[in-house]
Amino acid sequence: MPIAQKISTVHPSGDKRFRMLAATMKRYQYAPDALIEVLHQAQELFGYLEEDLLLYIAHSLKLPPSQVYGVATFYHFFSLKQKGAHTCVVCMGTACYVKGAANLLATLEQQHQIKAGETTSDGQLSLVTARCLGACGIAPAVVFDGNVEGHQTSESVIRRVEECLYHGS
Amino acid sequence: MDLEELNAIASREHHKQQKTCIRCCTVGGCLSANGLAVKEQLEKAVTEAGLGKKVTVAGVGCMGLCSRGPLVRVDPQGTLYDRVTPDTASEIVASVNNDAEAIREVEGLSFEETSKACTPRPLKISPSQYQPNNHPFFTQQLKIVLENSGKIDPEKIEEYIAADGYQGLGKVLLEMTPESVIETISRSGLRGRGGAGYPTGLKWATVAKAKSERTLDSRYNGGNPHNALSRKFVICNADEGDPGAFMDRSVLESDPHRVIEGMAIAAYAVGATQGYIYVRGEYPLAINHLQKAIRQAKRLGLLGSQIFESPFDFKIDLRIGAGAFVCGEETALMASIEGKRGIPRPRPPYPAESGLWGCPTLINNVETFANVPTIIRKGADWFDRIGTEKSKGTKVFSLAGKVCNTGLIEVPMGTTLQQIVEDMGGGVPDGGKAKAVQTGGPSGGCIPAAAFDTSVDYESLTELGSIMGSGGAIVMDETTNMVDVARFFMEFCMDESCGKCIPCRAGTVQLYQLLTKIREGNAFLTDLEKLEEICDMVKYTSLCGLGQSAPNPVFSTLRYFRDEYLALISD
Ligand SMILES: Cc1cc2nc3c(=O)[nH]c(=O)nc-3n(C[C@H](O)[C@H](O)[C@H](O)COP(=O)(O)O)c2cc1C
Ligand code: FES
Repeated sequence: MPIAQKISTVHPSGDKRFRMLAATMKRYQYAPDALIEVLHQAQELFGYLEEDLLLYIAHSLKLPPSQVYGVATFYHFFSLKQKGAHTCVVCMGTACYVKGAANLLATLEQQHQIKAGETTSDGQLSLVTARCLGACGIAPAVVFDGNVEGHQTSESVIRRVEECLYHGS
Repeated sequence: MDLEELNAIASREHHKQQKTCIRCCTVGGCLSANGLAVKEQLEKAVTEAGLGKKVTVAGVGCMGLCSRGPLVRVDPQGTLYDRVTPDTASEIVASVNNDAEAIREVEGLSFEETSKACTPRPLKISPSQYQPNNHPFFTQQLKIVLENSGKIDPEKIEEYIAADGYQGLGKVLLEMTPESVIETISRSGLRGRGGAGYPTGLKWATVAKAKSERTLDSRYNGGNPHNALSRKFVICNADEGDPGAFMDRSVLESDPHRVIEGMAIAAYAVGATQGYIYVRGEYPLAINHLQKAIRQAKRLGLLGSQIFESPFDFKIDLRIGAGAFVCGEETALMASIEGKRGIPRPRPPYPAESGLWGCPTLINNVETFANVPTIIRKGADWFDRIGTEKSKGTKVFSLAGKVCNTGLIEVPMGTTLQQIVEDMGGGVPDGGKAKAVQTGGPSGGCIPAAAFDTSVDYESLTELGSIMGSGGAIVMDETTNMVDVARFFMEFCMDESCGKCIPCRAGTVQLYQLLTKIREGNAFLTDLEKLEEICDMVKYTSLCGLGQSAPNPVFSTLRYFRDEYLALISD
């Protein structure tokens, strides 16, 4: 364990975020079962999981890189690619679907010329879908930069995305 | 902490609570509808009106009627206001002010007399048409799991204690043996609320009897050296994956201590000292409230070592899911807690014998645990009297889709779908007609309107080709195409299949393509035969529940809405 500790506190890049990630790993005593918690924290700090970052985590937790990569790619929540500056998540769960979520998604796809799961070429907007946000009581629900909003219509989603893009949420 | 201290906290809290309390929902749907701003405005208006000493404003959990949020209730009268905005919030305070004066003037009169004596100033806001004391949405409910939801502040352990919280745990630790706890739960007839309805008492008894052959390194127990020898685990399944269901989210956000108390009672009964709550990453507020609740319980000595000065130690850690439906399946969930890919394994061995790190493990759903404290407090016989012959107690449903009143309801088992959809839900908006209700999510089925007189219990729903599931109830109207619904769920299962077994991995893709072909009008009758054949194959040969139940939505729509399939097929 002492070796792992030494490696994690000093990262050659000098990036402070690595220090914070190391603190998380230390809190979990570098236990291999903390991998998912560590990946959560890493994604929160860095926005997405770069290959270099995955290697660093594998090294610190003494896990084979294949296992870290396997876990990171298994769960939808982890992203190995950089996301746009703003994100819009359209819920495609059953309740929202029944209330016309597919139309909302199609509207946004057309408006911004991207498909669900893609980011606009200027890196400004990522359009994502979700499987139920637990906001089914106010379906259809859409998340604009982290804020869940209910009872959406084609007009309201277009307007809200514009607001996010041009006025920052 | 001992019982005396617990009672002292409760009575201090009772004293502190003012007569008049304005409660504002600040979780779930109401939060998304600006509930926090409403609460802030209420507080400001109360201060400005100089009512600070007489009226409290409290942020509480879910009141149920999510479609009309943000909701505000004025207690003790229980008057409900809906679609409240920061503007109308001040009006509510003004109306309370009217009442408060009237009540003061006529103190000593009965409640009816008091309300008659009030002559309120004209106000711009009127109470909601949905009043808790007379609207069927509320009056047909029976609340056990949700008894504190919308009443207490979920972020304050004292309020939970004042509502008889942790009394059940105290009773169990000081007066009962583990065997008698299990006996009580068995006798109550409680069955798992996570979907399959397995008798909870039986599961607990199996884990209690199981012997662990492994000793674990303390690293695997969150590093607590006290737990180095802990060889049994209790897990709360809060990975609510069924799209369209939000009961567990609401319970965790509105009353997290109830789940913690239930887990602690279970741990004592089965002999575990370490618990995990596996909660969906999509529920940030539930995670936040759980973290707070665990911290508070630790501070008061209700979690940790020697709880209630007994030899019982118990600790709970959170594990945050990362968005994989299959992780709701118990063996996949445990793989995920171990930090691995969430892939299921064949059972047996069941988790009760060999679960987390090969140790005997009890795994129950959020709602199952939430029932436990009340059963212990009120007794098995009390619980046994609620519900039907084989399904005891109540069930929480999240009512959503094409129905006027969407939200959370808790009804006694045996309530009919008719009551749920038409009376409580208020039917389909704009005069439409309900066509079916979907229960059980991707593992369930669609129940046609003609069968709405069925009572809701585990057996009846299974007979109709659906399942109780975790409690999602999505209403569909005449505009919903049932082939589309089947295709929607198949797409879900195809995406969420973990890929370990071939029938599920490849079968769901084939089924999805066939359903797409039918939906687009390019299919022949032979395709329909092929569809049924592959459904059977996937059902009987898949490894875990995901694959085994993936064809259910197809089976049930074929059973009740075959004409919609045939209408799309050229012969
Ligand atoms: C594909 C699949 C998904 C499941 N998802 C959940 C879930 O989200 N929540 C849950 O409590 N149980 C879920 N279950 C059921 C669990 O495997 C397990 O039976 C349940 O947690 C046991 O708790 P109970 O006895 O209290 O019902 C799922 C099962 C399968 C096969
Ligand atoms: S289905 Fe969209 S929030 Fe539940």
